[in-house]
Amino acid sequence: MGNHALSYGAQLARVQVIAAYPITPQTEVVGFLSELCADGKLDARFIKVESEHSAMAASIGASATGARAFTATSAQGLALMHEMLHWAVGARLPVVLGNINRAMGPPWTIWTDQNDSLSQRDTGLMQYYCESNQEVLDTVIQAYKVSEHEEVLLPAMIVLDAFVLSHTSEVVDMPEQELVDKYLPPRKASYRVDPQEPHAFGNLTAPDRYFELRYKIERSMRRAEGLIKEAGEEFGKIFGRHYGLIETHQLEDAETIVVATATIAGTARTVIDELREKGERYGLVRIRVLRPFPFDEIRQALAKAKKVIVIDRNISFGYSGIFFQEVKAAMYNQPQRPPIFGYIAGLGGRDVTPGVIMEIIDDARSKEKPIEDINWIGLKP
Amino acid sequence: MAKKTADKKIEMKGESDMPPMAMSLGLMSWNKTGSWRNLRPVIDYEKCIKCMICWKFCPDACIHIIDEKPVIDYDYCKGCLICATECPKDAISVEKEE
Repeated sequence: MGNHALSYGAQLARVQVIAAYPITPQTEVVGFLSELCADGKLDARFIKVESEHSAMAASIGASATGARAFTATSAQGLALMHEMLHWAVGARLPVVLGNINRAMGPPWTIWTDQNDSLSQRDTGLMQYYCESNQEVLDTVIQAYKVSEHEEVLLPAMIVLDAFVLSHTSEVVDMPEQELVDKYLPPRKASYRVDPQEPHAFGNLTAPDRYFELRYKIERSMRRAEGLIKEAGEEFGKIFGRHYGLIETHQLEDAETIVVATATIAGTARTVIDELREKGERYGLVRIRVLRPFPFDEIRQALAKAKKVIVIDRNISFGYSGIFFQEVKAAMYNQPQRPPIFGYIAGLGGRDVTPGVIMEIIDDARSKEKPIEDINWIGLKP
Repeated sequence: MAKKTADKKIEMKGESDMPPMAMSLGLMSWNKTGSWRNLRPVIDYEKCIKCMICWKFCPDACIHIIDEKPVIDYDYCKGCLICATECPKDAISVEKEE
């Protein structure tokens, strides 16, 4: 299941410190990794903590000494980490965090939607949205490679859907440790807490310097855009599975393009394949990386479409679906701007079936232009 | 006394050489934070019974044991006076820093 894929990814990446606090639906990650440590299958220090805030704080401390640190959480746990997420970014520490997408309470819930991770959009963590358990495992390894790059030094969040991935068994290919070691060598930290060379970190920084440090974060984010692609290609050469910032499907000559993320993209792909068989020109763009936002690739992929449909399993209250607003904003200053339809579906883990996606496609087909910024799909009367 | 490393400072030519995170450019052995001190604890070795309670309580690890005696490291002592408060023999007096 996805939680095991995430854990095996951490094991193959040879993480050195794990600090995590259990929360449904992430609990198996904590259980499984602590077992791997206890059984001596993973040579890492497992730190038991009293909260998610502490989990990220301990990961930050470990990462500051130059260790490879890993943590995982969900929903309210991620929200409790919020302050420390900013800290990991500002301190430029390449911690990798697995977040199982769970809807925010109240009302109390454990099922999937993306509002937990998207609420952390502006902290400066890189965000990868995974479609399969295989991708979860592979992305952990790639994420460390990118995050630890001298020109990046930023933490990353690997996002997977609660239950749809976290608790669903799939066949996952385990890369050979030897090949992973070659792909991802041990971390070399240029700046680290070292008792032999004591420096103060996180000092009070006046306006004459803070501004430049923020600029550097943004510059590293943009650099990461290229490095994520390179890391995904290099991974493909070694392990046979290629990854990029976005994934496209049936895009050539597509008139209507569906933009989706995570497991919804997988369902949309089957729907689009069925439509293609009937001769209808539909295509798919799956956004894999939300931060850094893949402007060039999204613009290129959508430029020639007659219609674009964005499916969001999240909502920014008072605005719209979040991926919808991101995609729309990316296209606004472009010479070619297709009409973009925004749909909200599957909040709180309600199933987004091929039927639901067909309903969305039919709705967009029936309209010449988008009327509302939010179209609710499957809303009960 | 704790071994001190050579005083050195990260050299930089401009903003582009700056570390990406906020950190002291000099080592902490160069950045002598004892200058923050307003009040100076002074140990009277006539009264001191070498119980090392001051050494245990110093929150900044600024009391070292040298020749079995507690010695305050004024390069880093910030004058919090916890040592003077905890001393069971009132052997640590307080002086004003000028």
